[in-house]
Amino acid sequence: MGKIKFNLNGKEINMFVDPSARLLDILREQYGLVGVKEGCGEGECGACAVLINEVIVNSCIVPMGTINNKSIVTIEGFSKTKRYDVIKEAFEDEGAVQCGFCTPGMIIASESLLNKNPHPTEEEIRIGLSGNLCRCTGYNMIIKAVKTASKKGEGLW
Amino acid sequence: MVKSFIPKTYKEALNLLAKNKLTIIAGGTDLMVKNKNISGLLPKFKKDLLFIAHLTELDYIKKEKDTIHIGANVTLEKILDSFHTHSLLKEALSIMASPAIRHIGTIGGNIANASPAGDTLPVLYVLNTKIVVKSLDSERTIPINDFIISSGKTILKENELISEIIIPDNKFDYEVFLKVGARQADAISKISFAAIANVSDSIVSDFRVTFGAVGPRIVREIEIENNIIGLTTNELNSRCKEICDSYKKFITPIDDQRSSAVYRKKVSLNLLEKYINSIK
Repeated sequence: MGKIKFNLNGKEINMFVDPSARLLDILREQYGLVGVKEGCGEGECGACAVLINEVIVNSCIVPMGTINNKSIVTIEGFSKTKRYDVIKEAFEDEGAVQCGFCTPGMIIASESLLNKNPHPTEEEIRIGLSGNLCRCTGYNMIIKAVKTASKKGEGLW
Repeated sequence: MVKSFIPKTYKEALNLLAKNKLTIIAGGTDLMVKNKNISGLLPKFKKDLLFIAHLTELDYIKKEKDTIHIGANVTLEKILDSFHTHSLLKEALSIMASPAIRHIGTIGGNIANASPAGDTLPVLYVLNTKIVVKSLDSERTIPINDFIISSGKTILKENELISEIIIPDNKFDYEVFLKVGARQADAISKISFAAIANVSDSIVSDFRVTFGAVGPRIVREIEIENNIIGLTTNELNSRCKEICDSYKKFITPIDDQRSSAVYRKKVSLNLLEKYINSIK
């Protein structure tokens, strides 16, 4: 066990935890943040994506020992921001949500991309979302939603 | 349950390595998958863990006179974004894994993991990269070709840690990195291929070729390369088949879930042929 200090959705956390534990399990089981989904458990599908220091990371392959002094934002924390409202609306308008399982990860990937590159080309969007799998939409609506969010959210990123 | 050590400094990490038998973990993108357990349970590590990703002493990219120095802890995405990074390494990184993995996976980790399918490796071999490893009381600089022995095995001793990699900063007339995978992102290579060449006055003055994922280690045959250096480009092109044949015995892929040995060998040689034909 070890003492790990981090910021979770804006709150300072100090916890005793096994440093080899997966961030995904801690978020879901200790903090009830079940918007973070487990898909493949191997870093390939992006359903468990969270922001660590503002960039997308797969929480299923992040051991707690690596997050000391870092800031973690899950979909629950991100949903309290204006940027989220813009992305959410764009996903709704473009029909980018079907079953919804990939959606939290897709939104986190969109935020990570737009934060680095507020006006991405279609190719850049496809690269930005390349680590997230969706088995419903066929991706085109999601790509369109990110374009729409980039336009409607002008000035937010 | 294994014990975990989270040192405050690089020196402390070396101290811990001198006294304990530890599994070194940086970003964890390979080790967390290899040691995966049932959801909710701790990963199945066998040895105690040494966490190093937070050690900022190993997080730098700097250019010296003719070389680029990259600290072992630099993430793949940071290397991709750096102004100093060699264009061929950028090429490999840009199609490696996904942004989420590149944000935590490190260059030191990709090397120490020593997978023949590791996507930075063919490029690091072709660029004559050197690996600097340190222990509490020693330091050695080793060409990557000697550092990796076979799949998953390196000459890193139990008390040593990779500290940095050194890449000669050369420009080439021809440079290429190609990867064959099932999916554009997050695909482990079926085959990877990196090559460089220089041509001056129609004479091949430098020629290097590497293949990944087609044997227990990255394939690079210096002897064949040396026989090619000095040829005219016309000679190179006319001897293309002969050169491809000379690589045949060194390309020894396996059948696995990603691809078949027959396909891998055929495509590897096709890539080489296409590359040689591109040199004018």
